[in-house]
Formats: sequence, C-alpha cells, structure tokens
Amino acid sequence: MSEKTYRLILSVFLILAPVSAGAQDLFIKDGTLLTVTNGTIAEGDILIRDGRIAVVGSDLKAPSGVRVIDASGRFVMPGLIDSHTHIALTDTNELGAVVTSEVNVRDMVNGEDRRLFNVLTGGVTLIHTMHGSANPIGGQNILMKPKWGRAAEEMIFSAGPGSLKFALGENPKQAIFYPAKARYPKSRMGVKAIIRRELIRAREYMLLWDRYHASVETGESDPRPMPPRRDLRLEPLADLLRGKTWAHVHAYRADEMLEFLDLAREFHFRIGSFEHASEAFKIAKELAAAEVGITCFMENWSYKMETAEGIANNAAFCARHGVTVALNSDLGPQMMFLFNQAGKALRYGGLPEEEALKLVTLNSARILGVDDRLGSLEVGKDGDIAIFNRHPLSAYTRCEITIIEGVVYFDRDAYLETQRREEEKRRKEKKKKDDGKRPGRPAGPMGGGR
Amino acid sequence: MNRRHLNVLALTGFLLAGGLQARAAAENDVFALMNLRIIPVSGKDIPSGIILIRGARIAEVGADVAVPPGAEVIDGTGLTAYPGMIDCHSYLGMLEISNVAATVDYQETGLTNPQIKAVEGLRPDSVHIPIARAHGITAAHIIPEGAFVAGRTGLIRLTGWTPDEMVIRDEVAMHMVFPSHPGFLFMQMVGKTQPAEKAVSQIKDYLKRVRLYGERKRMAADRPGSVPHEYDESCEEMLPVVEGRLPVMLSVHSEEDIRAAIDLVKEENLKAIFFGVSEGWKVADDLKKAGIPVILGNLYSAYHDFDDGYDRHWRAPAVLQEAGVLFALGTQKMLPPLGKDLPFFAAKAVAFGLDRRAALRAVTLNAAEILGVDDLMGSLEPGKLANIVLADGDPFEFKTKIKAVFIDGKKVDLNNLYTDKIKQFQKRFR
Repeated sequence: MSEKTYRLILSVFLILAPVSAGAQDLFIKDGTLLTVTNGTIAEGDILIRDGRIAVVGSDLKAPSGVRVIDASGRFVMPGLIDSHTHIALTDTNELGAVVTSEVNVRDMVNGEDRRLFNVLTGGVTLIHTMHGSANPIGGQNILMKPKWGRAAEEMIFSAGPGSLKFALGENPKQAIFYPAKARYPKSRMGVKAIIRRELIRAREYMLLWDRYHASVETGESDPRPMPPRRDLRLEPLADLLRGKTWAHVHAYRADEMLEFLDLAREFHFRIGSFEHASEAFKIAKELAAAEVGITCFMENWSYKMETAEGIANNAAFCARHGVTVALNSDLGPQMMFLFNQAGKALRYGGLPEEEALKLVTLNSARILGVDDRLGSLEVGKDGDIAIFNRHPLSAYTRCEITIIEGVVYFDRDAYLETQRREEEKRRKEKKKKDDGKRPGRPAGPMGGGR
Repeated sequence: MNRRHLNVLALTGFLLAGGLQARAAAENDVFALMNLRIIPVSGKDIPSGIILIRGARIAEVGADVAVPPGAEVIDGTGLTAYPGMIDCHSYLGMLEISNVAATVDYQETGLTNPQIKAVEGLRPDSVHIPIARAHGITAAHIIPEGAFVAGRTGLIRLTGWTPDEMVIRDEVAMHMVFPSHPGFLFMQMVGKTQPAEKAVSQIKDYLKRVRLYGERKRMAADRPGSVPHEYDESCEEMLPVVEGRLPVMLSVHSEEDIRAAIDLVKEENLKAIFFGVSEGWKVADDLKKAGIPVILGNLYSAYHDFDDGYDRHWRAPAVLQEAGVLFALGTQKMLPPLGKDLPFFAAKAVAFGLDRRAALRAVTLNAAEILGVDDLMGSLEPGKLANIVLADGDPFEFKTKIKAVFIDGKKVDLNNLYTDKIKQFQKRFR
C-alpha cells in the first residue's frame, strides 16, 4: 500500500476513534445553542459520537440507541474552562528552591479532590491546574477534565503545548514575609535577574543538545559523541525556547508584564497568558500587538499592593482592544460559577454577550493552545457541554447538566434526588438513635447531644 | 492694579460664586423624579409615577403627584426606581487592601471589647465606598470583628466627607461571636473546638460579671463609699446590652450552637439578631418560633458541608423564607471588592429558589427592620429618607445599568476608581 493510502486510512481511523476511554454517544435536543463561533441556534440539536461533536443543527433525529437529553427551554453552551486553578493537587508550591522548573504537578494529582465535583456543578469541563507562584520559575502544569468518579490518570488531558509557570512581583519575592525571610530574590529586580539567568543557561543547554543531535544525524563524528549531561531543570526551559511549551506568567503590574514581553522577544518563546494581570488594561495595545492573552479575575482586587488598581473593567477593556481575555477562579468560590464572572463583563465595560461567553470558553482554550479541541460548539471538537436553565450570562441562571466527551458527569435533578434519599436515610437513623435515648428530654445544650 | 488689588478681586469673586451656590442649593431643595416605574417594596408597584423629594426626605410617591414650581425635574423615562439597598454585614470604609495591615481596621485583638465602635475605624475616602454605591447600595451596617465580644456595629450612609457626615447610627448592636472556637479571631467553620455547653457557660459567666458590676455601680451611686466601684470598660460598655438598651448581634453557625444560642438569649433576656447561621436552614422552624431575625453573610462562599449539598448555602435563604424567618443579606467580605455584590448575592439566592420579591425585601425593608431603622429607610414611602436607585432594568441583573443614586435626597457621584482608571487609559489609547 502506498504511503498516501496508508496516511489516508490512518487519518480516517483517528477521526473516527473515540477521543478517550469513557467517551460516549449522546444526543442533545431542542436547546438554545450558544455555539460561541457560529452564533445562536434556537431549538438546536447536537449529536456527539464517541465523545466528539459530530453534528450541530436543528430538527435532527436522534439515532437509535443513543441517550437523549431534552434541552427544551434550556441553554446549551460549550463546557466552561477554568484556566488557572490549583485543585486536584496534593501540593501547590515547591518551596525548597527558587527555580523549580523540573517539578511537574502531574506527580501531585489527586482525583478524589471534592472540588472536582464542585466545578462540575458550575459547568466546568476543563481545568488548567498549576504550580503556585512562590518561585520566579515554578513548575510544569497540566490540563484535566473533571471526570468525577474516574481515576486521576484518566482525567489528564494531554493535548496542547506544555505549560510552564513563571511568577513575577510580590509572591516570588515573598513580600509578606519581608524582612523575616532572607531569600534571593527580595525585589522585582532579583526576580527578573533570576529568570534571565535561567533562560541564558537554558539557551546554552538547548544549543548543546541541538549540536549533539545534529552530529549524531550526520554521523560525522567518529567515535560517536557523548550526549551532554541531562539537566531536568533546564530541559523544560529548553522546550520553552523550542516552542513546545508555552509560558504562563503570574503578574499583576503593567511594568513587569512589559518587561517580560521584552524577555520573550529576546529569547523567542511564547507566552500563553499572563495570569491575573490586574493592570493589563494599562498596556492593552502592547498585549494585543504581542498576541499574548491574559487570564484574570473579573473583580478580585485590592488584596495586596500590586492589585491596588485591579479594576473590574480590566477584562472588558482589554477584550475591546484586541487582547485574548480569559477568566479563572484561582481556587476561589468562583470555580463553581465562572459563568457569573463572565456575566459581570456586561456590567463592567458593557462587553457584548458573544464576547463575554468567550471569556470562559474559546479564549481560555486559545491561551492554553487547545482551541482546536475545545471552546465552542463545532463539529470535530470534544463533546464537552454545559446546560443551563436560563441564559448563562443571567445572574439568575443555574447549571443543570455537565457533559464531558458525551458522558453526563453532573445532572442536578438526579443529584437532588440522591440528596433527598440520603437525607431521609440520615433522618431515619437519627430518629432511631434519639428514640433510643431517654424519652421526653428535649435536645439542647443540657440535654446531651442532639 | 497691584497684587493686593488682584487678591481682593479674587476673594470677592470667590465669595460671590459661593453665594450663588448657596442660592442654587435652596432652589434645588425639591426634586421631582418623573415617568418612573416605581417599586416601593412596602406596597404595590407603580407602573408609571413620580417621586417627590424635599430636602433629605421623600415627600410623595404616586402615579399622580403635583409637582411644585421651582422643583428640579429629572425625567426617568425607561427607568425603574428602587429603594437604596442596605448591606447588613460590611467592612466598607474599614479596610483598603486586605493584606496590608496598615489599612485594615475592622478587627481588634483581645477577647472582650464592648468598648470598640466600628464607626471609629471608618475612613470616608475609601475607594470601595463609591464603587459600592454605584451598584445602588446606599447604607451599610459596619461590623467590628474579634474573638468573643467584638464591639459595637454602626450604620453608615455611603456618602459624606467626614465620619460624622457618614454615620447614621454610631451603635446598632453589640457584635458577639459565639465562642465555639475560643482563641480564633473569628470563624465561619462549623467544626468545633469547644462544645456548645462550654460556649454558653462562657457567655453566661461574662453576663453575670457585667450584671454584678452594674449592681455595684448602682449601690456606689446611691450610697457613695458603700461598695468599691471602679470603671471597668469590659463591663461598663456591656451594661446597655444586659439592661436591654442595645441588642446583640450573635455570630453563630452550627446547628447545635444555634439551638444553644436560642435558649441562651431567652434565658438571659437578650434582644438578639443572629448572624451567619450557616446551618440555620436545619433549624429554621426553631428560629421562627423564637422570633429571632437573621442576617446572612457572604452567599458566594458561605460555609456548608459537602455532604449537605454543593448548593446548600445558596438554597438556605429560600428555606428560611419558607419557614417565615425574618432575614436580610450582608456581603461579609474581607477581601475586596467590598459591598458591591449585594444585589448579585440576592440574584444567586433567587437562582436557587428564593422568591425574587423576597430577595428584594432582604436587601431593603427587611434589612431596615432588623437594624431598627425602618422609619428611615428600606422602602419608597413619604417620610423616609430619599435613598433611591434609578436603573434601566433589574438591579440584580448583570446587564442592567444603574443610572442614578440618591442618598438623603442628593444625587451622588457614580464615578469611582473603576471608571476613573478606564477614562485615564482610554486617553492613552486614543
């Protein structure tokens, strides 16, 4: 068989292959579809095959044997993405050193973190769970789909470029411990210097390995050259310089973001996003020109000095000036209602509804480099869906069903029914226990127990 | 003309302008807000009507109101008028940047601090105040925090150059934290380090000590020299509470603690408001029977047990409403933004079952009733302060624009740090 035929068969097979273990077929009917990239479809239907969106339209017929979700009167949107969080990890920061690019949060994954369920109730179908901001260069981050009930390994989503955490400002210089802890860096100057130092070392390391690979390929050297010693700390940085990994940079102030843009230009690496970026509005044009996105809070601010000008209008203002803006929870209660945060873009800057929806879907996928797979209701993308009882940008909305790759992981009606049954069971058990106690004594502080 | 002449001229001009200003204020003592949809909260909606403001008060509200000559007319076509909202648990003005200790003044060290007054930690220039009022919040119940007896809460209007201009009531209630976690500053957690019995004893012992102090004070006044008596602030400043002149706002959360607290306030004959009541939904009927009003806290992040349900805290207001408990909402936020989310907390409660009108009452009239100022605010009625919000829609909805806010009859500036910064940087990118 020719190379061409082989490739054709392989690509057909890959398209038709289920996106992962547990992926299923599902038919969603008669919902108001908020596709994000192709407008709104009233009374629309979606067919998911093997975990991928196969058809988006209206007046479709459910294929036999496929589970049907009746979305009439409800709003259907792509599953939400929390682009910056720290859940499902047993630890967040490697505090033992200042540069820790060798650590990978994948080694800390905990699939039993109940917050994985909590985010499902808010329609979240992908999280970017990360190393913390204690170090100028932190660690490698991962994407996960909160497939509650499955093993942690099955939740890890491997698509997209690698993700490496950097941090600027107060946290890596440990401002709140000043002057007690004497760790370099103690100033923004030191934070920047350390990052630059590591990037120079990484560049040398990368060139060393490139030269080694080149000479092995050409076979010019005799005897064969010795490979350079591996440096697990510099390798992720070399991958950054090679473009295989994107930087995600915790930063608040406009000046430090501008400096880091310069660094990225100098060393030719890509910044996926600035994290938090409270002052991004001050440099919106520069960010847009550099095609660097931000993932921020809609409204958390004034919790430390560098957030003193972190106004709520930041997101909408940046979006209007061409910056790719995403929202995140960073462990806050918003992880359960990121859609409300997107809704607030209507109040703080009057962002159009279509753009507001992108703040928690397509834009988040873009800054993570997975927008070919996620972020909109389009044929070929993963069947990750969130269904709401009212428009998701209304303050009165509620997420009712959350679907990942065609599997329903959260169904509010079923959940409430289970709750009711368990509460009834608990009440009966309590009554049995109380009836066994001294009769006639009311519960209260002197009555002993409930 | 020399320099001195110029100075005299400038001074005269200044005085003249000031004079003109004063005249203008007198004429503008009467405002007529016309063509409004009016939601008074205390009565039926008025599909199209007029609110007449005279001085600081609402003079008339109705479909047909005679507008006196000289009144400044404001056309409210397309707008709806609501009573200004009241945040029942706020640190507005008492904190600027939460991890910069120098700017944090809502919490004091020590166990027993009845002498502390929230209004004495108030900073009128806080950037958070204009932001909150731009959302239609016109008054805030500010709370001192502490480990046990935290101090006196206060009520402020969200406008004013000085603390005196802001303070409506310099004491509303004595904030007491039910001491199930002795030693902690304040806790929302339901897990306990001290059983309710012990916590109740701690409170009872303290109140007993205060009463004894009061008795000795009276005896010493009646017959000087008869008993030793010395000013003890931890007792003296608590006398108004045991003598029934000042209510207690008790922060209490777990089911067991709430039950114990209900018995306690009855036995000690205390006028009480309960705050927080994270598990209040479990004992809603008991709260109703005891007639204890409730202030709920931060609805976004209120504590709840995972096993009780992921949305238990959002459903709680609806449960209390159904049981007939009188409750109001507070933002209870120590991390900015402060206060502004009161309407959005209300919307969250509605999303999870609370009736929309009940939600509106929880941030207006109920709040005023619980704080003892329903003669002044909480509804659009003649005689009450003219605290009015004009919005182009439902103020609980995100896409709504708040077009005007009146506090004590004066239109307040809706600009704030958000709008100022945006204007500044719009200039950069022109």
